[in-house]
Amino acid sequence: MLNFKKLCLNVAVTLILPAAAMAQGGDQPAAKPSKHMESHIGNLTGHSEAGAQLYYRYCWGCHGARGNGDGENAPYLNILPRNFVAGTFKCRSTPTGTLPLDSDLYNNITRGFNFSNMPSWAALTAQNRADLVAFIKTFSARWVTEKPGDPIQIPAEPKLTVESIKHGGELFQKLECWKCHGQEGRGDGPSASTLTDSNDQPIRPYNFTTDNRSKCGRTNAELYRIFMTGLDGTPMPSFADVVKPEDAWTLCTTCALCR
Amino acid sequence: MERSCLYEVWSGFARFGRALLYSVVLFAVVLINCRPASALPAFARKYGMPCSSCHEAWPKLSPFGQQFKDNGYQMGNDRDAPIFQQAAYWPVTFRITPIWHRENTAKAMVDGATAGTSTEASVTTHGFDLSGLDFHTGGTLANNVSFYVLPSSDQFAKFHFESVWARLDNIGGSSWFNIKMGKFELDNLLSEKRILTLTGISGVYTNYHFQPPGEGYTFGIGDNQLGLEWMGHSKDDRTRVSAALLSASEGTPGLPTSRGYDAYFAASRAFEVGSLGLQRVGGFAAIGQAPTYFQYTNGGPGTGIAGTGIGNKGFQRYGLIGMWYIKKFDITTIYFHSHDDVFLGTNTAANAGTAGLPAGAHAPSWNGGLFESHYNFNPQLILINRYELVRMSQQPLPVVAGTPFTPGVSVPSSSFGNTDVLTFGFRYYPFISSRAGFAYHGEYAIMRQRGLAPVTFTDQTSSSLLFGFDFDF
Repeated sequence: MLNFKKLCLNVAVTLILPAAAMAQGGDQPAAKPSKHMESHIGNLTGHSEAGAQLYYRYCWGCHGARGNGDGENAPYLNILPRNFVAGTFKCRSTPTGTLPLDSDLYNNITRGFNFSNMPSWAALTAQNRADLVAFIKTFSARWVTEKPGDPIQIPAEPKLTVESIKHGGELFQKLECWKCHGQEGRGDGPSASTLTDSNDQPIRPYNFTTDNRSKCGRTNAELYRIFMTGLDGTPMPSFADVVKPEDAWTLCTTCALCR
Repeated sequence: MERSCLYEVWSGFARFGRALLYSVVLFAVVLINCRPASALPAFARKYGMPCSSCHEAWPKLSPFGQQFKDNGYQMGNDRDAPIFQQAAYWPVTFRITPIWHRENTAKAMVDGATAGTSTEASVTTHGFDLSGLDFHTGGTLANNVSFYVLPSSDQFAKFHFESVWARLDNIGGSSWFNIKMGKFELDNLLSEKRILTLTGISGVYTNYHFQPPGEGYTFGIGDNQLGLEWMGHSKDDRTRVSAALLSASEGTPGLPTSRGYDAYFAASRAFEVGSLGLQRVGGFAAIGQAPTYFQYTNGGPGTGIAGTGIGNKGFQRYGLIGMWYIKKFDITTIYFHSHDDVFLGTNTAANAGTAGLPAGAHAPSWNGGLFESHYNFNPQLILINRYELVRMSQQPLPVVAGTPFTPGVSVPSSSFGNTDVLTFGFRYYPFISSRAGFAYHGEYAIMRQRGLAPVTFTDQTSSSLLFGFDFDF
């Protein structure tokens, strides 16, 4: 009899309770990534089926066969490869926390990332890169359940003046950029050595005094975009909600002067 | 009894069927269980990328690999200089290929029925064998200073330097200004050093080395040469141009021939055609000279004094190349035209003047074609087919039908020396990693040469069958 009661209890726990929870609008079954994705970059349409072959030729060694960044070489890289399953991307034109545009991923593949092992894949055809973007989107359910954010607007770059540089310096202090990037923008602030990314890997703040392009591009507009969107998965936050666009531009152009 | 017999036959078929089915399934499992496949593991180890990134099927380069090479073995992402490497990193790769091969010459010269005579017979040999061993070492000495050193041995471990060069890359920050000096492969879009076939017949491109029978000098577009090369390319490598000044020594160190120089030019442009892939068209030209006689210690004949070759006469090689991609299928087409000076064609010393030329001598010229196609099932499996032909358009010596080839006098036909080579092969890479490369290699090649049978001067046919394990680490 005791066993029968136990059985009934188990049935209730394993079947009835979850059903009840679902009926009350509790946890829904997790969405699954789609195996068939497209990307749209300008006139190009990328197809994940074509991208799969390219991924297994070019990308799997670092990003892994399952796209979770655990490729054969990942343990030897000091900046871990992107985990596409998480669906979080640093370089975007969209607000923090949102998915990037297809064109953002396309540009990332084309440009590569400085200070990491990710090279420029400009040697591939545009169609190849579009196909890869489509395939990357098959790893995360986020591409099924969410839409990319609206890209931030980048106003025209203001002229640099003595006053704006002075104001930029003040903003640099006020927003405590120096804590990570250092007082001279060399990436050697007091917090620099303690920073980690979302993989708990040490991460260096950008050194504005080098002539190298930043991770997401070289131009001042790209610097502005980083400032306003943040680099998701890193300690660099988005300042879109706390800084006015004209102040953001003032700060970015001042920082760019360090190069 | 009859039923039992039928049953035996049926069950025999069934057993065969099952065996066939299991074989197919096993083969399918092997194919399906392909981890994405991975040529210089030294580079792959440095950058942490699979070989398949730079090689469509190693050693054949992909567009990304070609860009990496053109950029001085650099990715351009701040990870190129040795300062980023681990202290234990050793930029060396070994490559060797144990093989089984069968070689047949349809009309080899053998002893005749009576003493002192010769005849022709089919000669075949086969067995297990080795290729030579290559020690590839290359990379960057510093940012924008790259190098390559390749000591290479034959199968008896006799070494020579196949490649030795250093290159100043991206001078002044421009990808259009790269200078390389040393011994290097000419800027051939269809690289012979990255050839996918390994037999004695098709381990080289026939058109890259063809010279009319009887010529005394040697020049091969496919041979590594000693010299200085300027090379430029667009950032995305779609446009490539190069010019090289070469010592007229066929890559042999020690200045063994003359003080002459050769030149080589190449240019190409790639363009995208939708989803078909990257198409590339280009041209190349080699313009050179070779000595026709040497100075001797005792007035000759004998071995000329090294480096004293004089009476230089010219030769030219021109070509147009197209590399066409239709998704997983690609075909490379090359048209060749070549021309040699009459003194080189007839192997006549220039100081003898025109009076020293054989009667009826002409400057030889010939045309050639190459069609090499691949089907790349995936990064692990590639099928290879190649057809090459060479056609003499002008023989250096007069044609006297029905007579044997007599050097310096006559040739038996206007098609004497014409060559056809047909090759089929496959390479299967059971695994691809950034640590090592391994390929099952199978290949069959057959070559026909007009009028080159050694006794009868009829057509000569040779064939080669090869299986092997091609690996590097």
